[in-house]
Amino acid sequence: MSTLDWEAGTVKGSWRGLVLPVAALAVWWIVSRGAQAGHGVMVSPAQVWDTAVEQVRSGALVRALSASLARELTGFAIGTGLGLALGALLGISKLANRAIAPSFNTFKQVSLFAWIPLISVWFGLGDVAKVVFLSLAALVPVVMHTSDGIRAVPVNWLDVARAYRYGRLQTLAYVVLPAALPSIFTGVYLALIYSWLATLGAEYLLVAGSGIGNTLVDGSEQFRMDLVVFGVIVVGLTGWALNALARGVQRRWFETSRAA
Amino acid sequence: MANALTRVFLPAYRARRTLPGDTLRSIGWTALPWIVPIALALLWMTGSRYGWISAQVLPPPALVFETLGALLKNGELWIHVWASMTRAAVGFGGGVALGILLGGLLGLSRTFEAYVLPSFNAIVQVPVLGWLPFLMIVVGIGEPLKYLLIGHAALVPVTLSTLQGFRGTPRALQEVAAVYRYSRWQVIARVTLPSAIPVIGTGVRLAFTKAWLTLVVVELVASSEGLGYLIVYGRQLFQLDLVLAAVLIVGAIGYAADRLLNVFERRLQRGRSV
Repeated sequence: MSTLDWEAGTVKGSWRGLVLPVAALAVWWIVSRGAQAGHGVMVSPAQVWDTAVEQVRSGALVRALSASLARELTGFAIGTGLGLALGALLGISKLANRAIAPSFNTFKQVSLFAWIPLISVWFGLGDVAKVVFLSLAALVPVVMHTSDGIRAVPVNWLDVARAYRYGRLQTLAYVVLPAALPSIFTGVYLALIYSWLATLGAEYLLVAGSGIGNTLVDGSEQFRMDLVVFGVIVVGLTGWALNALARGVQRRWFETSRAA
Repeated sequence: MANALTRVFLPAYRARRTLPGDTLRSIGWTALPWIVPIALALLWMTGSRYGWISAQVLPPPALVFETLGALLKNGELWIHVWASMTRAAVGFGGGVALGILLGGLLGLSRTFEAYVLPSFNAIVQVPVLGWLPFLMIVVGIGEPLKYLLIGHAALVPVTLSTLQGFRGTPRALQEVAAVYRYSRWQVIARVTLPSAIPVIGTGVRLAFTKAWLTLVVVELVASSEGLGYLIVYGRQLFQLDLVLAAVLIVGAIGYAADRLLNVFERRLQRGRSV
C-alpha cells in the first residue's frame, strides 16, 4: 500500500517532461514583467533569484536549513529507534500484540498535528517539543511496518528453522530479521518522509527558533513572495534529496540482501 | 501467521486446548486489549485526584468529559464540526474527483504522461505544508485556502493509485475486449475502469487520511471556526480540557471515517475476485 507514493510509472529522460515547467516559467516571467507595478504577490523570477543569492550569501539559508535538518534527523532517529523496538515487540510476542496493538491503532487515528497544542503545553515551544513531535511522526510508520513485516514471515521458513533446531535468537537473526527487512525498511523510509513533513508543521505551529519553516512563515507574514517561493523550492529540493537518499540506500541493501 | 511464530517461540501454546484453565485463559485473552487503556485512564484519574499531575498540565478526565458535554449541549460543537466537515467534504471530494480524472488521463495516454508526470512529481516533492505560506499570500486565509490544501492532499494519492490501476489492467481482459471489438470508450468504461477500482479505492482511503491530517493543520494555522480552531482557542486560554475534548472529537471522526472507507474498500476488493 505504501508503495503508492510518488513512484508509479516514471518515464525516463524525456525532453517532453520539460515542456510544462519551461512554459510555466516563461508565462511567469512575462506576466511578472507586465504587472511590474502590481507589487507584492507578483514577483519576477529575477527577484526570486536575487533573494536566493542573498539568502545563500548571508548564511541565512545554511542556518535555517541546518537547524531544520538537525531537528528532523534527531526526531527521525529517536522515533525510528523506539519504533523498531515497539514494532519488534508487537511482531514477536503475540501477547504484547494483543495487549498493545488495539490501543496503538486507535492512537494512530488521531490526526498527528492535533497533538501539537498539547505538546506545546507539556514541552514548550523550543527544540524539545519539536523533536518530541517529530519522533512521534516517525514512530508510527516504523511500528506498523516492523510488526507487519515480522508477522508476515513465511510459515515454512520457520518450520525449516525448527527442523535445524535453531534457538530463539538464531531464528530471529537468521530467519525472521532477513525476511522482515524489506518491510522494516519501507517503514523507515516513510518515517523519513513523514518527519520532514512534520518538521515543517512543527516550525509553523511551534514558532520559536529558526528553521526553513520559519523562513516560510516570515516570508508570508511580511508578504514577501520572493522569500516564500524560494522557501518552497528549498523545501522541495530537500524532500527530493531525502527521498533519493533513502531510495539509494534501499536499492543497495536489497541487492546485497537478495544475493545473500 | 502469528500462530507460526508462537509455535516456534512459545511451544506451550500448542497444547492450550487441553489445559484446565482454558476458559480463564480465554477471558484473559479477551480482556487483554483493554488493559492498557484502562490502566492509563486509572493512572490519569488517580494522578489528578491526588494532585500528582497539575490541572494546568493535564486536566482531570471528569472535567474533559464535562466540557465535552457542555459543548454538545449548547450546540457550539456542531458549528465547529459542521465547519470542519464542510471543508473536508469540499476539499476531499474535489481532490478525489480531480485525482481520478488526472490519474485516468495519465494512465490512458503515454504522451500526456510524458508531458505532465515529471511536473507532477516535482510538485509532489514539496509537502502540502510547504504550499501553505505560498497559498496564504495568493488566496488569503479564507475558505479557498483550506479547500485548495485539503484538495491537494487528497489529489496526490488518488492520482497515483488511479494511474497504477489503469496501467494494471490484466492482459487477458484486454484481449477479451479486443475479441469483442470494443471501441476505445467501451474498453475504458467496461474493462479498464472496473479493473482499476480496487486500487483506486486504496488510494481514496489513503487520501482521506491525508486530507483529515491537512484539515487539522490548516485550521490550527488559520481559521476562526472548526475543530482545529477549537484546539487553538483552548490552548490560548490554557483550557486544556477544551483542547483534549476537541482532540477526542477529531480522533473519533477520523476513526469513524477510516472504518467506513475500510468497509467500502473491502467491498470493492471483493467485487474483483468475482
